[in-house]
Amino acid sequence: MSFVLSRALAVFVLVGASTLAVVSFLPARADTVPQTAKAIETTNKDDVSSFYLDNGLEVVVIPDHRAPVVTHMMWYHVGSADEEPGKSGIAHFFEHLMFKATKTYPAGEFSRKVAEIGGQENAFTSYDYTAFYQQVAPSALEMVMTYEADRMENLILNDDVVKTERDVVLEERRSRTDSNPSALLAEEVNATLYQNHPYRMPVIGWLHEMQRLNLKDALAFYTKYYTPNNATLVVSGDVDLATVKALAEKTYGKVPRRAEPGKRERPQEPEQNTKRTVSLADPRVSQPSFQKMWLAPSYTSAKPGEAEALDLLSEILGGSNRSRIYQSLVITDGTAASAGAYYQGGSLDTGSFGVYGSPRGTATLTEVEAGIDAQIARIIKDGVTEDELEKARNRFLKSVIFARDSQAGMARIYGSTLSTGQTIQDIQEWPDRIRAVKVQDIQMVAQRYLVDSRSVTSYLMPEDGKPDQKSDNEPAEAQQPEAPAEGAVQ
Amino acid sequence: MTAPIMKRFAALFFLILFSAAPSYAVEIKEVVSPKGVKAWLVQDDFVPLISMRFSFKGGSTQDPDGKEGLANLMTGLFDEGAGDFDSQTFQEKLDDVGAEMSFNADDDDVTGSIRMLAEKRDQAVDLLTLAVNKPRFDQAPIDRIRQQIVAGIKSSERDPNTIAGRKFAEALYGDHPYGRRSEGTEASLNSITHDDLATFHKHNFARDNLIVAVVGSISPEELSPLLDKVFGDLPEKAELETVSEAKLAFGQITRVDYVLPQTSISMVYPGVRRQDPDFFPAYIMNHILGGGTFSSRIYNEVREKRGLAYSAGSNLVTRDHMAALMVNTATRADRANETLQILKTEIAKMAKDGPTEDELDEAKKYLVGSYAVNNLDSSSAVASTLIGLQDENLGRDYIDKRAELINRVTLDQVKEAAKKLLETDPAILIVGSPQS
Repeated sequence: MSFVLSRALAVFVLVGASTLAVVSFLPARADTVPQTAKAIETTNKDDVSSFYLDNGLEVVVIPDHRAPVVTHMMWYHVGSADEEPGKSGIAHFFEHLMFKATKTYPAGEFSRKVAEIGGQENAFTSYDYTAFYQQVAPSALEMVMTYEADRMENLILNDDVVKTERDVVLEERRSRTDSNPSALLAEEVNATLYQNHPYRMPVIGWLHEMQRLNLKDALAFYTKYYTPNNATLVVSGDVDLATVKALAEKTYGKVPRRAEPGKRERPQEPEQNTKRTVSLADPRVSQPSFQKMWLAPSYTSAKPGEAEALDLLSEILGGSNRSRIYQSLVITDGTAASAGAYYQGGSLDTGSFGVYGSPRGTATLTEVEAGIDAQIARIIKDGVTEDELEKARNRFLKSVIFARDSQAGMARIYGSTLSTGQTIQDIQEWPDRIRAVKVQDIQMVAQRYLVDSRSVTSYLMPEDGKPDQKSDNEPAEAQQPEAPAEGAVQ
Repeated sequence: MTAPIMKRFAALFFLILFSAAPSYAVEIKEVVSPKGVKAWLVQDDFVPLISMRFSFKGGSTQDPDGKEGLANLMTGLFDEGAGDFDSQTFQEKLDDVGAEMSFNADDDDVTGSIRMLAEKRDQAVDLLTLAVNKPRFDQAPIDRIRQQIVAGIKSSERDPNTIAGRKFAEALYGDHPYGRRSEGTEASLNSITHDDLATFHKHNFARDNLIVAVVGSISPEELSPLLDKVFGDLPEKAELETVSEAKLAFGQITRVDYVLPQTSISMVYPGVRRQDPDFFPAYIMNHILGGGTFSSRIYNEVREKRGLAYSAGSNLVTRDHMAALMVNTATRADRANETLQILKTEIAKMAKDGPTEDELDEAKKYLVGSYAVNNLDSSSAVASTLIGLQDENLGRDYIDKRAELINRVTLDQVKEAAKKLLETDPAILIVGSPQS
């Protein structure tokens, strides 16, 4: 699952984003965290080590001594899909409340201490996890561990604090979702794709339920889920195992097991037997786009090899400009401005597979959809070639090396993967499992999961638009503002 | 030792210590090739890859009138055929080599970057050399990329915030090229030909407007011949149009009425240039006013105390021909006026009294300590930083001097910067429901 909410936007843009060479139309995937364990492997596997504290906290250490910076991330194994019915949004709302006062420190002191030494911090919530992180100089690691350990058990809240912060998350919902037609559509597509699993609910929550979240809900959530035995700490950067171990014992080691959240068993999907369509027409939309989605097992829920095959299928079908969809629709037929496929396999429970496209020139959305359907049908009927598989595989293996270039990225990959039911070994063996996928495996998962009669298709349309209408709008008018999207070289 | 102490230490002993033990485990070497191409290099063998970034001064402000979008369109075409390879062949080769290549145009520069596996370095550099020197600009890719850009323009043409942004830019920049749409319009894009692209490339890709930064698993000796290969045969001098200074039209309000869940508010004040001696006083002042993510006055008053917004803050923006301080937030329609008043009050307070001594100290500590975190966390980040430093002529020793430059700023200087920038009547943009 890719939808991730952050506590704050770091960059402010004056008047719309700066321009891109080519705008892509991927409908509303707020995709900031890697989907899968795709991006990982250390050449020397001993570089990454892990251990447990007596209270059950799992600790992972990923050394990288290039710059005097360390990334400290606490991942709680709780997300919006763990919320009680009627309380949608509490996981994300609670993440905001974790920045308030504790028994030990006044509100804002932790943030002030981090800022004082030039550190960065933030937090984010997704369906399966909630994470808090700081990037600081190695000498400040003990300080951030002390404060992070403190708020794991000592948070104090009151009605005033809860009400004011609730207004903030309501504004966040208005910013992210209500102001954005494609985000509104994506929300309802999810609610249609998942019929029973709580992935059907938006991470930020439904407005009417968010408005009623209160102090009692927040405290109940804290008491139930914020405990060392329900978390993974990932420390990457300019540190070593011995230091992290000593500091972790000194700080987190003193936090008692506060609760036993138990096994994460959410309502699962029933058999699906219908083809569904969701559409939204909005006066703010001028360029139509479509998306088709299916349920597909995640890395955690799949049978051995299936997730890897689905990942490679999405790459070959529509993962890059070398893919079948891009080559046929964007290059050869010239019907699409953008088109592609993706696999969301990074969730604890059932994930999804999707294709998307938007027309260009005089082509219609119907033509784009038909073109993509034809590419899927071809793979279902004839499979993929050895050459295509080889190239896709190489791209994945290369991404493993590229991923090691970012210490924060590495911490995110390990944290998100370990919070969704996989292990360090799973991450490190991923390249081998990718190498083991055969062409038949890819055809088989396409046949098994890309079944049209179980798909959800969504259309984002102009107010008066129809899918088969030519996207021949009046010429775009001149004059656009240019807002500096960047700050100064400081 | 804490980072700030370490930096002060480094600053004091800069001359002695720089080459031997830079405070940030980042040693910047200057490499000059036989043909005279200069690059800054940070050699680092931790990951077997190389990031190269380069920038040509010019950018979208160089688009001829009526051909707006030319620089941007050009950047979409460097991997669409070069030398003897047509688009398909070129992309296939790039994929086989496993290199990631991208080009981007902003108002003042065209930048390129490539990330390659060290073991495939030579093949990747060959492809980059072709792209930089011999882009083909074949008609089929031109038409395709142009249509994609047009589709992108159309996709946001009914978005109220985009429409408002256009109106505001027009009001703010007047006739200056910064007020144009850097991606162009359907009409301007349709007028662009192969020859326009080839000429633009020839005028803008030269040796005297080039900056190069390289980070990763490569030695100065290995890099030197590669610099000649990629950049050594470009024309000596760029042929650039002179761009005038943008004069921002302050003291005006642009309103766009549209029933929306939120009203967004932007306020634009004068800024300071990077080269201005007042840069750091102004930068520190902005940090205290609205720059700090969870610590600024605006953040505290608008979000933390009153829950009026999710994002609220300010940003100091410098470009080659303008500088501005921009304040932004978005709030529920029925409290937009209240929010605007709070912003005005905070800004007026800062203009009148400046920050406190404590705020100044905290801001300095943050700005000194945050440099490594913000700029050095991956090789791409380091490469971008090296480009920025060269672009602003800050010198190879800047990273070591920076702490001292910040620490010597006085409270009076910050107060003065606050007055100078914030006493101006700003340009304001309000987009949202009419009653607000």
